[in-house]
Amino acid sequence: MRRVLVGIKRVIDYNVRVRVRPDGSGVVMDGVKMSINPFDEIALEEALRIKERGEADEVVVISLGTDDTQQQLRTALAMGADRAILVRTDLAVEPPVVARVMRKLVDRESPIIVILGKQAIDDDCNQVGQMLAALWDRPQATSASKIAIEGQTARVTREVDAGLETIVVDLPAVFTADLRLNEPRYVKLPDIMKAKKKPLEVTDLAALGVEAAQRLKVLRYQPPPQRQKGIIVKDAAELVAALRQKGLV
Amino acid sequence: MNRILVVAEHEAGKLNAAVAKCVNCAASIPDAEITVAVLAADGAAVAQAAAAIAGVARVLLVDHPANEPALAAVLAPQVARLAQGHSHVFGPSTTFGKDLMPRVAALLDAAQVSDVMTVESAQRFRRPVYAGNAIVTVEAVPGQQIVATVRVASYQPATTGGSAVIEAVSLDIPLPTHTRFVSVTAARTDRPDLQTASRVVSGGRALGSAENFAMIQRLADRIGAAIGASRAAVDAGYAPNELQVGQTGKIIAPELYIAIGISGAIQHLTGIKDARTIVAINKDAEAPIFEVADYGLVGDLFSLIPEIEKNL
Repeated sequence: MRRVLVGIKRVIDYNVRVRVRPDGSGVVMDGVKMSINPFDEIALEEALRIKERGEADEVVVISLGTDDTQQQLRTALAMGADRAILVRTDLAVEPPVVARVMRKLVDRESPIIVILGKQAIDDDCNQVGQMLAALWDRPQATSASKIAIEGQTARVTREVDAGLETIVVDLPAVFTADLRLNEPRYVKLPDIMKAKKKPLEVTDLAALGVEAAQRLKVLRYQPPPQRQKGIIVKDAAELVAALRQKGLV
Repeated sequence: MNRILVVAEHEAGKLNAAVAKCVNCAASIPDAEITVAVLAADGAAVAQAAAAIAGVARVLLVDHPANEPALAAVLAPQVARLAQGHSHVFGPSTTFGKDLMPRVAALLDAAQVSDVMTVESAQRFRRPVYAGNAIVTVEAVPGQQIVATVRVASYQPATTGGSAVIEAVSLDIPLPTHTRFVSVTAARTDRPDLQTASRVVSGGRALGSAENFAMIQRLADRIGAAIGASRAAVDAGYAPNELQVGQTGKIIAPELYIAIGISGAIQHLTGIKDARTIVAINKDAEAPIFEVADYGLVGDLFSLIPEIEKNL
């Protein structure tokens, strides 16, 4: 069985304007819409396309989180994943813990590919994929914008500062998805109904033998400093004069 | 004593400007002794440039044919070995550092603090989350090494004038062959680099076509600026993806940022809010970009760009 594992995270929907709580203990979560992290949705879409091209047989979606995370896993099943695994925890787990959980599940599931989003849009860490690849001692191709499976290898185009980098990696390997890898499909109503019958396994950290070690304590949240609104100039001449006066041109 | 290892990014025999910014960040840790690690195929010139950064005590040079072009899977075990005896391992929050450092952290069984923007103590750092809509203060639990990426837009480069000792190191560790470099699209070198330029001119969707985007290039060349683009302009194919400025592109901090035909989506603003002076040119006076601009000019960009050029 050629299997693809996809890691997804439940995060505040990207359309929500995030606000810091007045007491600095976190951000406002009450009544806020939650979704699959957009980069993870792209990762899942890519896994589904790999399967649809006949290059994999099964797509398994994994998440760590509270019971509510089942909603996002059901959405992933409706998109087309074959089964889901929820590693249930009420703790805010850090990337090294997520990577170790994924490593345990890799042992159990023996995938040819693991795909995750390049980062979650809540903590913006950009760590789990690379950490999993290190713990697994396998290749990583991060910030992927194109993935082509070529037998026992994959050719991956990565978005790097210089432009686009292409590497070839032996499988199994870990990929992380960038924005331009694909455009995720919309979920159709019949698929939502079908997804209710797909298997969703619930396990936890203890069952997998992973300790939720805390390495970084979050002391407080603050709103970012705001820029002051400037002035509107009347024409190009006034603009250039102002910039020249400040020595900027 | 805090012993900090800074991993050098370099390409074509040149040290990346982000490294001097990482050194500056490392130097803000109390009682810091800074070592720069240069992993290259033939890194003598890069090592010399690193040794000249003020505040660097030592440069470790690991020459190995497998080290170029840089691949995280190949570099990580070497950096992890060099990290022995260091309290901190820093790298730039560029695509190079983002790819490499978490792999190093996992090998060291260490936590990683991504995108450090302020050092409060040897264990305590501030970093942006939620696309810069919140700043968190994090503290590493004592008794572990700390791996971090440095948000380069938050730091000025350390000055030159240093004269650190360069030590050639040979690491006897097996390197993986499961990851192979094929190619990278060549970037133009006759323009300033977007990430380190002091002036940037960016164009948005309002340019309307790749042909019209040439107006941005012409203005940029006129004032010696790097070129940037909004996500909308990149998605529409007006500009290549490596020019994208914003949360999912490059986060920059130039002295002057000129946004032309860019409305100012939150993810774009995240990428420019450390710019010293922001100029916005847009025909919609209600565009959010004007909320953060120091100078706003409302009008048609196709007539305003030539007028600006005439006045320069």
